[in-house]
Amino acid sequence: MSNDPITILTGIKELTDIYSQCIHCGMCLSACPTYDLTRLERSSPRGRIKLIRSVAENKLPLTDIFAYEMNFCLDCQACETACPAGVKFGTMVEAGRVAVENKGIGPTLKSFILKQVIPYRNRIKFAAKILRFYQKSGLQKFLRVSGILNKLFPELAKIEELTPFIPAEFSDTGIKEINRPAGKAQFTLAFSYGCIMNVLFPDVNKDTVELLNKIGGVVISPSGQTCCGSLNAHNGDFKTAKELAAKNIAEFSRYSYDYFVSNSAGCSAFMKEYSELFKNEQLAEQAKIFSSKVKDLVEFLPETDIFSRFKTYDKNVTYHDACHLVHTQHIYNQPRDLLNNIPGLNLIPLEDSTRCCGSAGIYNVIHYDASMEILKPKMDNIARTKAEIVLTGNPGCLLQLTYGVKKFNSDVNIMHTASFLNKII
Amino acid sequence: MSPSVKEKIKKIVGGKNYTDSPEDKLTYSYDATPLFSQLPEAIVFPENEQQISELMRLANQEKFPVVPRGSGTGLSGGAVPVEDSLLIVMTKWDRILEIDSSNLTALVEPGVITGVLQNEVEKLNLFYPPDPGSINVCTIGGNVANNAGGLRGLKYGVTKNYVLGVEMILPNGELLKTGGKNMKDVAGYNLRDFIVGSEGTLGIFTKILLKLLPIPSTSITMLAYFEHLNDAAKAVSGIISAHITPSMMEFLDNTTIRCVEEYTHIGLPVNSEAILLIEVDGRGSVVGEDADIIMNILKKNNSSFIKSAKDTLEANSLKTARRTAFSALARQRPTAILEDATVPRSELPLIIEKVKEAARKFDVTFGNFGHAGDGNIHPTCLTDERDSAEINRAHKAFEFIFNEAVKLGGTITGEHGTGLAKKQFLESVAGLPGLDMMKKIKAAMDENNILNPGKIFSLSPKCEVLFPPTLKNHG
Repeated sequence: MSNDPITILTGIKELTDIYSQCIHCGMCLSACPTYDLTRLERSSPRGRIKLIRSVAENKLPLTDIFAYEMNFCLDCQACETACPAGVKFGTMVEAGRVAVENKGIGPTLKSFILKQVIPYRNRIKFAAKILRFYQKSGLQKFLRVSGILNKLFPELAKIEELTPFIPAEFSDTGIKEINRPAGKAQFTLAFSYGCIMNVLFPDVNKDTVELLNKIGGVVISPSGQTCCGSLNAHNGDFKTAKELAAKNIAEFSRYSYDYFVSNSAGCSAFMKEYSELFKNEQLAEQAKIFSSKVKDLVEFLPETDIFSRFKTYDKNVTYHDACHLVHTQHIYNQPRDLLNNIPGLNLIPLEDSTRCCGSAGIYNVIHYDASMEILKPKMDNIARTKAEIVLTGNPGCLLQLTYGVKKFNSDVNIMHTASFLNKII
Repeated sequence: MSPSVKEKIKKIVGGKNYTDSPEDKLTYSYDATPLFSQLPEAIVFPENEQQISELMRLANQEKFPVVPRGSGTGLSGGAVPVEDSLLIVMTKWDRILEIDSSNLTALVEPGVITGVLQNEVEKLNLFYPPDPGSINVCTIGGNVANNAGGLRGLKYGVTKNYVLGVEMILPNGELLKTGGKNMKDVAGYNLRDFIVGSEGTLGIFTKILLKLLPIPSTSITMLAYFEHLNDAAKAVSGIISAHITPSMMEFLDNTTIRCVEEYTHIGLPVNSEAILLIEVDGRGSVVGEDADIIMNILKKNNSSFIKSAKDTLEANSLKTARRTAFSALARQRPTAILEDATVPRSELPLIIEKVKEAARKFDVTFGNFGHAGDGNIHPTCLTDERDSAEINRAHKAFEFIFNEAVKLGGTITGEHGTGLAKKQFLESVAGLPGLDMMKKIKAAMDENNILNPGKIFSLSPKCEVLFPPTLKNHG
């Protein structure tokens, strides 16, 4: 057993092998949005690996700058796509975050959101309801106009602007435990409404279930389901992540189904990792089976007869790749195949479509300014396509791009791929 | 470096452009060269010529070494800090100042990324040919300092063929301007060509004037598979003796093919002993005729399968795949030591044999790839820096390869530079009078040996990197 600080704090013993794989060639630099912002080597994947390695080798204590860099990283994993040597950067930075979290030097707002809110569906819903009351009551307008909010809590004022209009009804009240298709049933699909999608984009969930019903799916969404745990894991809190994962595995195992379909890239990516999460543990076998059935919506759809169901749609559309689809799950061609087969649709390539939009979980809350600097070129690229609709596959991206439309006065329509496809079949 | 010196440095560049935090020192302690690292004492991001000039003057007064750096993708240790040094990072100097379509020139700051410049000039139907493997990351300043090559060297030459002029701060703090937009200029010594490839030992670039070409209108990219490495080497000789100059003629051996395929998944033949990636470009029908002749030569030399890229997209994905070769080889073992021994083109089959011999003799593994067309190969030793015995054998194997290359009339480095990694071999290729002349020039221009000391050759042991780096500075 190694006695370096990272191993002690995280329990991850394979870390030496992972960071030794990095030959510091620098091929990752051009892919990294945060290096692009600061041009500081320590904000690059190569630099962060050096920092993690230095901590692991007892050459650097767990400093504030170390903690900052671990959390300043978007964990978009574009560097993994760019790395010819196959370095698993995500695993490393997540270990770095565990070390930071365990030492209690991470950002407190982040820790609060992740530990006290995200794991509890009712607390998210409660928070969302308060927000809705605040938005509807006129209090929002009063505070904005009077500038009180800005003066009292400048950080909170920025975040407040980010919040979309909270719908009155969340999707977990609209979606039943078992949702049967009108026509002949062709497959049974498990579906989770997620935590963010549920309160912020309930319509996307309803559209997804409708879409899956239309193509013959029996959609099962058990009421005892919970957040997949990805937000916690990506931020170094593996303990909570595992508790959530175990709860989901137990809840969904009450049913038998062909595939587990998710419309949130972050969730599908993480649920595919449950098998790794519980490796060599009691739940290993169950987790392996669970993960093997998980597919993201855009990964699943091309395997169905959806292509024959498309109606003509004469519009210019572009597609933004969610990091957790393209970089984590390597899903790039599938959504494009779907869209290119829609009669009349003109799919315009988006420059740097695989570059992070700056949402990155709750990054836009914790690092608002950096997140906006990353969002700006994304919105510029979108504007250059002259597309009427931008499609994407993750609630974080939806939130961020929708906010981008507001902030940069764009008139483009941001939609989830599920809602769009549901409209045209 | 004393706190008062650090204060003076900070005063010159301003607090926000200065750092000496442990985190920054660690992350500026390396470039892309395996096995070399050294912490700098401080790091600065100067904003203008004046600041660089003042830093150089201060360095001469206080006698501390200064090391310039771009993106840090060099492979000979040129940007690795030396002991007690100030690191000057130039990546924020990234403006393209002018693209002159009537004179076919581009004036750039040294921190411009090579790939970014290429994209910008190509929008105007112009062409900047040098294309090192790290094209999307490396800077023009670094390219000029190392006279970087690339895949297109065979037909289009290397960086030095495109540098028309430079502005740089000399070690004594003066601003030197040399060269210009003239296509002909023989006034005095040709300082410009001397500065190109000086590896940051003679000055810090602040502006670089580059020559551009019209973009070739057509190109054909071919990929040929071989069951025997020798057949591939013979095909290369055949193409050159047929007086055809492809714009690119790259070879990859089986180990490299497998690693690259594992990363790119573009369908490379993992069972072939070697592949050749060949591109011809130019205008009109000549390109097609050249491609036909090349295909015939490939067939005659037992190529088992030949295909042409069906479109630019496929051609680009093949070239991009080739550029990842070095880093992809690290999939095999965690430390990949890449060298760039170069021989006259006719000797290519022989040097490949010598690399094989070195692998057998010293019990190490090599992945081989490189620019077959210009005799520049990249024997890459696949090892693990944690195994010091193996690293030792790897060094011996390289020594053997360098000696054999020189015996064949070749050189120890074709395009990466001498830096730290190869300075012990320089005399074998430059000869004593040559090396002596280099040292005298350096001493004349940098009397206190302030700028990037100990790179290329050693003038004196002080202020230079020690081997191995001392513990005090290493951690």
